[in-house]
Amino acid sequence: MLRSIILAAAAALVATSAQAQTIKIAILGPMSFVQGENHWAGAEMARDEINKAGGISVGGKRMQVELIRADTNEIQSVSDATNAIERVVTRDKADFLIGGFRSEAVLAMQEVAMDYKKIFLGAGAAHSKLGANVEAKYDRYKYWFRVTPVKDTDLVRTLFAVLNTIAQQIRTELKTDMPKVAILAEKAVWTEALIAAAQKNLPAMKMEVVGTWQPSATATDVTAELSAIDRSGAQLVFTILSGPVGISVGRQMGERGMKAVAWGINVEAQKEEFWQAAAGKAQFVSTLDTLAEVEITPKTIPFVKAFKARFKKAPTYNAGTYDAIMLLKAAIEQAGTTNADKLVPVLEKMSYVAAAAVLEFDKRHDPVWAPGKNTGIAVQWQDGKKVPFWPPNMKGMQPFKLPAR
Amino acid sequence: MLQDILVTGLVNGGVYALLAVGFSLVFGVARIVNIAHTAFYMLAAYAFYTLLVKGGLGFVLSGVLAVGGVTLLSVLCYRLVIEPVREHEAAVLIATVALAYIFQELMLLTFGGHYLGIPSTLEGGVRLLGVSIPYQRMLILVVAAVMLTAVWFILYRTRLGLAIRATANDLEVANLMGMNVNRVAMATVAISVALAAIAGVVVAPVFVVDPFMWLSPLVTMLAIVVLGGLGSLKGSLIGALIIGYVEAITVFALPAGAYLKGAVALAIMVAVLLARPEGLFGVAFEEER
Repeated sequence: MLRSIILAAAAALVATSAQAQTIKIAILGPMSFVQGENHWAGAEMARDEINKAGGISVGGKRMQVELIRADTNEIQSVSDATNAIERVVTRDKADFLIGGFRSEAVLAMQEVAMDYKKIFLGAGAAHSKLGANVEAKYDRYKYWFRVTPVKDTDLVRTLFAVLNTIAQQIRTELKTDMPKVAILAEKAVWTEALIAAAQKNLPAMKMEVVGTWQPSATATDVTAELSAIDRSGAQLVFTILSGPVGISVGRQMGERGMKAVAWGINVEAQKEEFWQAAAGKAQFVSTLDTLAEVEITPKTIPFVKAFKARFKKAPTYNAGTYDAIMLLKAAIEQAGTTNADKLVPVLEKMSYVAAAAVLEFDKRHDPVWAPGKNTGIAVQWQDGKKVPFWPPNMKGMQPFKLPAR
Repeated sequence: MLQDILVTGLVNGGVYALLAVGFSLVFGVARIVNIAHTAFYMLAAYAFYTLLVKGGLGFVLSGVLAVGGVTLLSVLCYRLVIEPVREHEAAVLIATVALAYIFQELMLLTFGGHYLGIPSTLEGGVRLLGVSIPYQRMLILVVAAVMLTAVWFILYRTRLGLAIRATANDLEVANLMGMNVNRVAMATVAISVALAAIAGVVVAPVFVVDPFMWLSPLVTMLAIVVLGGLGSLKGSLIGALIIGYVEAITVFALPAGAYLKGAVALAIMVAVLLARPEGLFGVAFEEER
């Protein structure tokens, strides 16, 4: 009897000791959806790479990475997301939190993470408020850092830069001085500022705005909108879409044989599955994106190739969990501790060459937008393949194409 | 702009009519509030996708198997879920809501939250009055017309149709006259779900297949059926065209308010109901019965 008790106690000690050798990182995402799948896939790649190389050195002691998969179901329910983050902190004892996608859900999860003073690295939400919280109440929100994407107002900078490039190509190829632009934006809070900016700035950029159409984010049929846009003579459709309406737009533009080309934000078009979802009709649809086989940094192409080899599809920006874990590893090794309060100042001062960008943080803990470092890229669907075309001076970029007339 | 509205409204109205016919039949004629109606439409779209895209069985075989399979499933659901509570309308409503969510979660579990595309049965399109219309949408119009005719024929030219109308008119008297009212109700559910499944197979190629695709058409169908008059197939057709045209006019007249097209359609429905609570063809339906 005594022998059994001693053995059990010894086993418990060994287990506790083994647990102490790991750093627990919770990956938070809607796991039934493409976003969550990419969150998890990117994290798995980082975990395997780190553990294979011996783990993370914490003050000279090697610790393995242990991932906790947390399904936030945030696309359907914000409360599910807060429950998930609460659970990984209290029950699973996660040391760090990474992920999130839907801004409303991430804002709610941010509150829980800050309550527990856990470092939370965002890998999906673009809303400015997340960073604004850090600036407004630094002591409470300092544990939040956004790894990807750049914040919404910085997305606008990239959008307009690419828009200008495409407009120039239209001027040259279609021999027109004032390209006609139709704004097609889903009805949502996040699109309002972008619409206002486009309506104000496009005429100054020598483009004529022929109208603004705002379907619902979940609209499955936009034939009436596209018919009106066709009638307006638009040569460019500036899209601001995050919902499944992006698929309908791509498919139905193709079915109608529209001569206008689509550029803007189309979150669905960033996914590898977009071409299939649009039944192969979304030729020349283009969108802002984050990762492709181009040399954004020296790490980009190896990462994208390894991701494709392992998961048989290209990564979306949510696979930025890979960069987040690698960034965390670098910060922990530099600080020599996993203590959140000691890691925050280290992260604030870091300049880290990641796969998708060179990561540096501003006072809001948002990634700094800077050409050559972190702007995002632009891609266009051409014959079933997502072809990167902007920034033009980056190695691996290919020409942007207009529909034949 | 007028020709755009005329053509777009007609095509979209055709899509809605195809979806509304089955709903009108089960909701209005058999008085079964089957909230899962559009969930069967969603199931048929998934079955069609699986058989066509994954199984490579071809359009016709995939369509027939999808419609047949979903119809059989509806019969099973009727026997297990609807029949035991049929006398309590609220219970039927709640049970079918539960069914719809079960189907949604099963699809989410099986296929994930991915948006899936189904290739068009007919590729290409035509230009009508300067408006481009894909052949697939023309096919929907044709199928909608054929289905409306077929349903009218079944209801008014067959013994089954007579039984359906009789049980809808007075369940107890029909029962006393020796009709197997449960079997008639089951046949009504099967016919209506078969129509939903046909809609899923024909309409899904122009939309996107996902586990939540049943919610939005459900609201539109309710609006059309109530607007047209409960149980009136003619009312459903006219209601579908009205909603289709109202949406088209909203988009063309108010581009920045395109997202309001659903709300405008529902507002018109409310206005019609205030003036005529039985719907546009409610009285005609009573006369028909």
